[in-house]
Amino acid sequence: MMIPGVDGFIYPNEVELQWSLLIVLYPYITGLVAGAFILASLERVFKVDAVRPTYRLALLTALAFLLVAPLPLQLHLGHPERSMEMYLTPHSSSAMAMFGFVYLWYLMAVLLLEIWLEFRADIVRLAQTTSGWKHLVYKALTLGSMNVSPAARRIDDKVGFAVTVIGIPSAFLLHGYVGFIFGSVKANPWWSTPLMPVVFLFSAMASGIAGVLLLYMVSMKVKKMPIDMPCVDTIAKYLFYTFVIDFSLEMLDLVHRTYESGESFRSLDFMVHTRLWVSQVIVQICLCTLVPLGLLALTQLFPFKAAVRRALYTASGLLVMVGIFAMRWNVVIGGQLFSKSFLGYTSFKLEFAAREGLLTAIGLMILPFVIFVVLVKLLPPWPERETTEALGD
Amino acid sequence: MELSRRDLFAAGGKLLILASVGATLEQITGAAAPSDAYNVADHWWGMLVDIDKCIGCGNCVRACSKENQVPKGYYRTWVERYQVGEDQQPHVDSPNGDIDGFPADTREDVKSFFVPKLCNHCAESPCVQVCPVGATFVSPDGVVLVDKNYCLGCRYCIQACPYGCRYLHPETSTADKCTLCYHRITQGLTTACCEACPTGARQLVDFKNPKDPVHEYLRHNKVQVLKPYMATGAKVYYNDLDGSVR
Repeated sequence: MMIPGVDGFIYPNEVELQWSLLIVLYPYITGLVAGAFILASLERVFKVDAVRPTYRLALLTALAFLLVAPLPLQLHLGHPERSMEMYLTPHSSSAMAMFGFVYLWYLMAVLLLEIWLEFRADIVRLAQTTSGWKHLVYKALTLGSMNVSPAARRIDDKVGFAVTVIGIPSAFLLHGYVGFIFGSVKANPWWSTPLMPVVFLFSAMASGIAGVLLLYMVSMKVKKMPIDMPCVDTIAKYLFYTFVIDFSLEMLDLVHRTYESGESFRSLDFMVHTRLWVSQVIVQICLCTLVPLGLLALTQLFPFKAAVRRALYTASGLLVMVGIFAMRWNVVIGGQLFSKSFLGYTSFKLEFAAREGLLTAIGLMILPFVIFVVLVKLLPPWPERETTEALGD
Repeated sequence: MELSRRDLFAAGGKLLILASVGATLEQITGAAAPSDAYNVADHWWGMLVDIDKCIGCGNCVRACSKENQVPKGYYRTWVERYQVGEDQQPHVDSPNGDIDGFPADTREDVKSFFVPKLCNHCAESPCVQVCPVGATFVSPDGVVLVDKNYCLGCRYCIQACPYGCRYLHPETSTADKCTLCYHRITQGLTTACCEACPTGARQLVDFKNPKDPVHEYLRHNKVQVLKPYMATGAKVYYNDLDGSVR
């Protein structure tokens, strides 16, 4: 008897996919967090002064996405009410069990602390200049520390530097770890490669950098402020380098698999040429990797006018964002389309208004932007003059 | 309607049967303790499957489904039919896991055989390794079990199983799989699938029992586990396993 959507032979329990669209979002969102943070650290630790205008924006972007990062997992669980068990009784041999701890470490020890230290002077000033509920909010955010003397700020700066230094490996850990969750599944040859954490990391950096680049340009447009061209030029340069490394790693994986042609190769190769042809070859590789790499390479080679460069950066940034999403899709969904018998394939049916459906996914992707807008209102990342104007003081 | 004494006894009998089924269900959920004589430290369970003896009748699949209330469309055990020609490229089918048997095989230019599948109750089980809360575990007597009151339903174990033996139970939203009829074997019974097999192709074995015929069997037969390169410590041994089987 033929099962709809199934070709060849698959084990009978393999008909339905276990991880769907929400698990595609999970590495995508955590990747944006890690990438945005690493971009922020360029200015703080590596003294790339040109990207200073995006430093605060990158931190808030990272926080907005980090707050949403656990939601896709939570919604996916068969028993979300038991998720706290991962903190209370973690199974030490499980790669997944560490997520909660890595997440909390990154959120509490790195991101929130760094944001607080960076914005502390603004928070104190706002606590002193606002009234009503705003005053209460900012007063609470000072955590009782109103000292913003030059000496106190120097300490903030030193501690902030130390937190960022710790934050870089933490960001690497956060996303490299997500890659390890997939890369360590030996039963699945599409996932099982030691390159997976590294590929995830560099793709995360590319998507995070592209995300902040776009958000910065859009924010400037909305606020009618001039776009700092040396800043976006520098970010685009880093995006180009990171994306080259990411693409090289993915191609290394492809060449390695093809050259080795192991037991699973024929099955996976057929899958790439059929079920993943559009999402992987057309969208991910051709449209959203080769095209933006070409566009970014052009901007590195030729002295285009500022308006042209902005247009090219916008197009490249958007394509990179879509491309990295496609990469996550191809990893997560692609890894479940073939049978572990290597003799057949199933297919993915995307639901619309279901718990793990398209509507939920769209909502989860809008949510970080809503949080971002709230954060930007609360802690304006713009220069001080703009902050004052924004508050109407 | 008049109720005769015969009707009353018949109804009482049915009630008794239902009650006994109810008791079994309690055991399935883990409510019933193993019998007093059962000591977990004395056992290390596994299974022997003799490919040559399997006739693909599907009795094992039906017995398992009934015994364990397996939801429709999911399988704790199933039987695959392999048809392998000279090129060693297998054609495999397993319609509904063989719960209704196989359609007649008309091909003669191939070797054809049946492969019963079930959880391999691996000693180094990848599903146990990846469970984030330890809801999946190996019992002291070597059976891989799932605590459905603890499982998060994250499905990482399903991804990690190389043999496709796990599924998410649609009613409990937790991982589910073959328990080697733990509620039966701890009471001194064999598994439902072994009991239903008309040819003895499946044999429950206790590697810790020195009197178990498995010891002699392993000494005299060439056996193999599925996907040995996965190094999972699988404890379901197959006799005469063809190299094409995955």
